[in-house]
Amino acid sequence: MTEEMTLVPERADTLPIEGAIDYLKRKFPDAVKDDTRQGYSGIIVDPAHLVEVARTACDELGFNYLSSATAVDYLGIDDSMEMVYHAYRISGGGALVFKAQTDRNKPEIPSLIEVYPGADFQEREAYDLYGIHFPGHPNLKRILLWDGFDGHPMRKDWKEAYYEQETKPFDSRWPKGYVRRAEELNVFGKNVKYPADLDLAKLSDMSEEALYSGMGLGVDVSSFPAQADELQTDRLVVNLGPHHPSTHGVFRMVVTLEGETIVALEPVMGYLHRNHEKIGERNAWNHNMPFTDRLDYISSMSNNLGYALAVEKLLAMGARYQPPTYRAEVIRVLMVELTRIVNHYWAIGFLLNDLGAFFTPALYAIAEREKILDFFEATAGSRMMCNYMRFQGVAKDLPERIRSVASHVNDKVRDFNTMDYLTELINERIPRSVDELDRYLTDSEIIKERTIGVGYLSPDMAIAYSTSGPLLRASGVPYDVRRAEPYSIYPELDFDVCVRHNGDIYDRYLIRLDEMRESIRILKQILPRLEKTQGESVFAGNKAIYMPRVPIGEAYGRVENPKGELGYYLVSQGDPKGPQNPWRYHVRAPSFINLTPLGAMCRGQKVADVVAILGSIDIVLGETDR
Amino acid sequence: MYGMGILKGLGVTFKHFIRTYLDDIKYAGRKYLRQENFEARQGLKADGAFTVMYPEEKIAVPERFRFVPFLVVEDPDHPERPGEDWCTSCGICAKVCPPQCIWIVRGEDPVTKRPVPQPEAFFIDIDICMNCGYCAEFCPFDAIKMDHDYELASYDRTRNHIHDKERLSKPFSYWMSIAPTTAREEAAARGGWEHPDVIKEFKKSNRTPTPVTEDWQQAKMNAAAFVEAQKAAAQAAAAAPPAAETAPTVQSAPPAAESTPSGELSPEERKRRREEALARKKAKQEKAAE
Amino acid sequence: MSQLNLQQLHDTEFPVPADMQGNVAITSLSRIYNWSRRSSMWPLLFGLACCAIEMIATAASRYDLSRFGMEVMRASPRQSDLMIVSGTVTKKMLVPIVRLYNQMPEPKYVLAMGACASGGGPFKEGYNVVSGIDQYIPVDVYVPGCPPTPQALLNGLIALQKKIDGQLLTNLDDVPWYGVGPSDAVPIPVLGPDIIDPRQMELIRRQAELAAQGQPFGMRELPPAAITDVEKAKAKMKVKGSAAPAIAASGASEDVDAALAEMRNRKRQEALARKRAMMKQ
Repeated sequence: MTEEMTLVPERADTLPIEGAIDYLKRKFPDAVKDDTRQGYSGIIVDPAHLVEVARTACDELGFNYLSSATAVDYLGIDDSMEMVYHAYRISGGGALVFKAQTDRNKPEIPSLIEVYPGADFQEREAYDLYGIHFPGHPNLKRILLWDGFDGHPMRKDWKEAYYEQETKPFDSRWPKGYVRRAEELNVFGKNVKYPADLDLAKLSDMSEEALYSGMGLGVDVSSFPAQADELQTDRLVVNLGPHHPSTHGVFRMVVTLEGETIVALEPVMGYLHRNHEKIGERNAWNHNMPFTDRLDYISSMSNNLGYALAVEKLLAMGARYQPPTYRAEVIRVLMVELTRIVNHYWAIGFLLNDLGAFFTPALYAIAEREKILDFFEATAGSRMMCNYMRFQGVAKDLPERIRSVASHVNDKVRDFNTMDYLTELINERIPRSVDELDRYLTDSEIIKERTIGVGYLSPDMAIAYSTSGPLLRASGVPYDVRRAEPYSIYPELDFDVCVRHNGDIYDRYLIRLDEMRESIRILKQILPRLEKTQGESVFAGNKAIYMPRVPIGEAYGRVENPKGELGYYLVSQGDPKGPQNPWRYHVRAPSFINLTPLGAMCRGQKVADVVAILGSIDIVLGETDR
Repeated sequence: MYGMGILKGLGVTFKHFIRTYLDDIKYAGRKYLRQENFEARQGLKADGAFTVMYPEEKIAVPERFRFVPFLVVEDPDHPERPGEDWCTSCGICAKVCPPQCIWIVRGEDPVTKRPVPQPEAFFIDIDICMNCGYCAEFCPFDAIKMDHDYELASYDRTRNHIHDKERLSKPFSYWMSIAPTTAREEAAARGGWEHPDVIKEFKKSNRTPTPVTEDWQQAKMNAAAFVEAQKAAAQAAAAAPPAAETAPTVQSAPPAAESTPSGELSPEERKRRREEALARKKAKQEKAAE
Repeated sequence: MSQLNLQQLHDTEFPVPADMQGNVAITSLSRIYNWSRRSSMWPLLFGLACCAIEMIATAASRYDLSRFGMEVMRASPRQSDLMIVSGTVTKKMLVPIVRLYNQMPEPKYVLAMGACASGGGPFKEGYNVVSGIDQYIPVDVYVPGCPPTPQALLNGLIALQKKIDGQLLTNLDDVPWYGVGPSDAVPIPVLGPDIIDPRQMELIRRQAELAAQGQPFGMRELPPAAITDVEKAKAKMKVKGSAAPAIAASGASEDVDAALAEMRNRKRQEALARKRAMMKQ
């Protein structure tokens, strides 16, 4: 036993998951135990030793990429709060899942920010929504809601103003569904709920105070050791957003400037926090699918796929599960790769917008995007909110013809054969337009001047900050979930993981072009598979069940979204027959976590580069704030 | 050379700029007039601007397009079941609706208090509806469908944005007109052009549902022929033995109601039934109390 | 302007008040004024959520807002006439939105794009979502849909243009910016424990006093039609001991039962009457 304790690190960081868990259990016999709950995996770590265990997992075992850290409230089950961490090896493979449990009434778990800097925002989110304290976190304040908000809304005993019932479907809708607006429920006629001890006399807007106090506002000029011949300057705090044309939505950055140079930058978010997770836990399993469309609303198909995969992992624990048919998988990949192209068009177009190429590249990109949206609209029924994937398949087969029908509102019709349309789109239209983008942007001196060497992110930092997607790969880390932990039919498809090594804005632009070309390569392999499987079923089993029951357990499903790694952490608990609603529904949003290094990337840059750096990360606020 | 990249980029933009005009010349002024030109302009071979001149030309939406839902009812000129709801108020759409924007009052027989397969009221709050199409996808009776009419802008949401049953109901012919392929596929799955419950009813009474291989209008014609035949039979019956006069418009039993429409009961009969029902209910309550 | 001949200027389609009849100059001026105003609506460059993407698609080359004179999207509220509230309004974002609205010069218009901006949308039940921007700032046109397609948005914009066409220079209600003094700013909501509308301060104070006496804060007795099966709902609740503020805890009295039954009956009778009328047709 003792000989094995002295495993050399070279061997430890290639151990399989079970071996790694054994290693941890041997090293921390008192602190680590198996998670033996039904349908659960991984280990439960004593919070007192959490940091040491995490450090061992990161440094010795090689799990140096923290994908997701989230809290779960087990009120009524074992009345504890739990932090769940999913750590991966950057060389690929499965997750090391470790958890730390704490008392619900006084939740406190040590911060892992020293081991995994990428835990920063995720711990702040857990603090904001669950009220868990993280001793050791340097900047623990609310992130999605404002300071002064009453309560921690994701706790299971916290009820909204429009609270109606614990789970959907609501009883008031049928059979005696007399319509009413939720506004009628309180005298204010609004979605508000005040605490009983509301003191209006003491009311003042405190929501910004903590933010500005941390920014170095009101610095005494004389305190700087200024040179005699130098102009004495004060620091200036500038707000960029939430209403700003270049923040890609309602994102806000508070910047401290010295002249034009950035000294500190703090991202402020939550301006589009629409309670996705709280609503998701009220919803039934099926209900969440259209809500995932609205996460990253530019690439809804990929969001759908991630959720479907996560729920399928849970369903696979049950007896009646059938994996999706081959044609369904082919269609899924087709949709997801088209979505990647749509997203990168959009990202490149608006990155150029941020650089000052006002609207021309964006207009060309949107024009090409419309061609793909036409296909989505004909297949899934909506341009943006596709709601197309289902558990064990997809909603409907591709239509035979992309055809519109004249009605009393519309008169101009189109009629294309779907396969012809797709073939032409993939073989001609998209490659042509990608080449065109390449031709008129890549060599432009203005773009090169503005982007090369700006917003540098080193590979080590990119991994440590848990960044993912093009941001990570442009820093020289070839990590792609499609290869690292393959799903769907990606193993049989031939494509390369794109990687660039400079880690600046220019490389992030180039890698998006590369990825579009790789997507085209995948799509060209998809077309013959579509032809071959014509007429086969796109759904495994009978018709989709409208209120499926999902076996008890937990699952973490992740996909390589255009913006990075999108993960869903799901817990199915409560009803022994298999609950109709998720107990925990967490979204590991790439846009949210990719923002963690923003402050570090911007420090020392000029203020005009901030929007370009933000544009190169490519965030979408629906996903950042959820 | 410095500046070449910029010039090359500007060349691309310039090409885009002139391409639109070249395109206009290619169509020789008929770019916006002909239907096939519209198709070409909106297809993959389009060059230059491909603007849809919205209020003048509206690009038609594909069949599967989803906007707010509507309820399918039989056509008003249907000989057998004019204006009858397809909805049976089973409540699946209300349950499967993710934001819970559907309210249904299940139909109830005023006398027996038994549920009647017909919604008494049906509301959809389109300010909550997320156009996901689940209601249409999971409806077992093909009774709720997603509309293609997106021109719903209004000046007052309190009055216009909760659609009631009257506003939601649209005839089957409308559904056929906006989504012929989908409607045909669904009918094939049902086994005929008629409502699934009606098809079931038909099987009991040895009538054949209208096969999907035929035109959907045939269903109406079949129904008209059936009504005629019924009338003729009733007349023949009236002519042969001098029996009590039957109502001339005896129809085949509508699937939704009981054999005699409750509105035509005599007051005494109604009172008797009501008392019976009340007695039953009371007995049940007493039993439950024990 | 060349096609706009004098005769057209005289023929207004709006009713001319008696005291204004013969005052051709003003009515014609209204027309010209409205025509120029509606043809150069500059929207605020401002997007909130998913609908903003469709708004951008509308502004792009395929649907092309510039055909309506709206392509000049201004990032500054001081240069814009129209605020397209495109997406979910959260409580945190509401404060900047009201501020932006106050900073827009008159005449200003608001278009609520999509279900969320109109009435909360699918996220209405969320704790951080405002159920309709019209609870705080006046809205001129609502465009339903989630999200509205570009054509639906254009339809809404045309509806707004029609609305402007109907405004008369002689009617001060239509053109309040020619009234006395500057227009009132909308009071900016405060982010307290929850969002607080300053216009409701008095109401909140009264409710707070009631709450101090032990009554639930801001609870409302539900009208009979809205009463749900409270007992059933409670029994189904997995988490006990937490008062549900939304459901009025009124015991299902017999009166209510009778009222419900009567209403059901009435509704059914109405429905039957409608159906009979339909059959007669």
